[in-house]
Amino acid sequence: MGDGIYVKDLRAWFGDTLVLRGVELTIAPNAVTAIIGPSGCGKSTFIRCVNRMHETVPGARVSGQVLLSGEDLYAPGVDAVEVRRRVGMVFQKPNPFPTMSVFDNVAAGLRLAGVRRRARLQEEVERALRHAALWDEVKDDLDKSGVSLSGGQQQRLCIARALAVEPQILLMDEPCSALDPIATAKIEELVHDLKKELTIAIVTHNMQQAARVSEWTGFFLMGELVEFGVTKELFTAPRERRTEDYVTGRFG
Amino acid sequence: MRSIARRLLSVVMSGLTFLAAIVVICPLLLILGFLVYQGISAINVDFFIHLPKPVGEPGGGVANAIVGSLIMIGLAVCVGLPIGILGGVYLAESRDPRLPWIVRFIADVLNGVPSIVFGIFAYTIIVLPMRRFSALAGGFALGIIMVPIVLRTTEEMVRLVPNSLREAGLGLGLPRWKVTLRIVLPVARAGIITGVMVAVARIAGETAPLLFTALGNRFWHQGLDQPIAALPLQIYAYAIAPYDDWHRQAWAAALVLITLVFIASLAARLATRGRVATR
Repeated sequence: MGDGIYVKDLRAWFGDTLVLRGVELTIAPNAVTAIIGPSGCGKSTFIRCVNRMHETVPGARVSGQVLLSGEDLYAPGVDAVEVRRRVGMVFQKPNPFPTMSVFDNVAAGLRLAGVRRRARLQEEVERALRHAALWDEVKDDLDKSGVSLSGGQQQRLCIARALAVEPQILLMDEPCSALDPIATAKIEELVHDLKKELTIAIVTHNMQQAARVSEWTGFFLMGELVEFGVTKELFTAPRERRTEDYVTGRFG
Repeated sequence: MRSIARRLLSVVMSGLTFLAAIVVICPLLLILGFLVYQGISAINVDFFIHLPKPVGEPGGGVANAIVGSLIMIGLAVCVGLPIGILGGVYLAESRDPRLPWIVRFIADVLNGVPSIVFGIFAYTIIVLPMRRFSALAGGFALGIIMVPIVLRTTEEMVRLVPNSLREAGLGLGLPRWKVTLRIVLPVARAGIITGVMVAVARIAGETAPLLFTALGNRFWHQGLDQPIAALPLQIYAYAIAPYDDWHRQAWAAALVLITLVFIASLAARLATRGRVATR
């Protein structure tokens, strides 16, 4: 089962530039929450704060709270590395490890967590690849290099790699922006299936995609969360003028 | 008409770049050809397995110098490789804004320092306290020449690894050191090995820093704390001597030296083939 996330008064900086100006929202468990907004609005920074990736950039800073099942991920004494095991991430460009085979890519996180037994690894890798709807396509090529797959397959490989360590939350940062429509459709289908088992937050440029895959949507503009609500309502009857302008294509 | 002029221009420009490429490799081929021409006559099995003969006696070889060079290159790698690679990784991965800048600057300065200065340094801190010339001092001098070269190439190669891979590793919950060790370094491996080979090739031919550290030796090596022969020293000694036979041997030794470096580079290339990073 997935867990929900409650974000409270989240601010983020790059150096002296404030890029998130006090965001408050809830990512509901076992649902898909879409984050939309024009380029540079802070939507990527927002989800990178949820798994504490933002702070890995030199000069970057965060304040506020991110509560996962009631526990503040930014509380003193919380290990960022531990947080990232519980909150998985899929990136904009597929980024399989180029020196590793398909199998090793998926097993990378498990090996790190201390799993050594071959049988257990094989089992978990197969489970993760099935989950990512990739197993049937690669089961005979597990020893091939991860980068020999097609773009869409690579992205599903990255999803499998993230799923293998059984995170509670999966963050997806524009996972389809480098993919063709068919590969995109597969990923969207996958997102739909995955929410049965975990909680998903997906950043997207593509408003149709947000409408298709998500239950909840947040609209960001210039570092602020302008509107947050049920996806259908946000797209058909937005409360805010700025949201309406954006979803109807009047700017951005 | 236009298209003919354009094609003509294309042919001329392609021809020029081709010509430039030829001009670049010409000196190299000439040197190699000249070495083979001058040296091949002195090369035979004896040359590789025998000690040098005294003046006047024909024959003899440089086996001790080949072994000595290999030993000192080995020692140098023991010094230069760990410091260079670890330091290079630090320069590339550190988030400290100041210290890497200073280290990088010093490394670049060291890269331009004449190699004889490294010899004086090794002489001062090893030869003088030990009160004798030794393989250790020679290896150390060569090793510190390697450091800045390995350091800077490692840094460049590690920097070339796309940041998206680091993020992928961090996103999986890998601690930073594991990301560097298990993800970044394997991707940069081929480039780092090439850099190490360049450094080895460079030190294999160094003569000046060995003059007053390893000194040279006409016999087999007698331990790391004793003076030791080396190919460049042997070439130097033979080349400045007034005997035709020794001149021939100097050419031959130079040919052997170049061949060794060539084989080592080729081996490194083959060993890392097919594992070059793809993005």
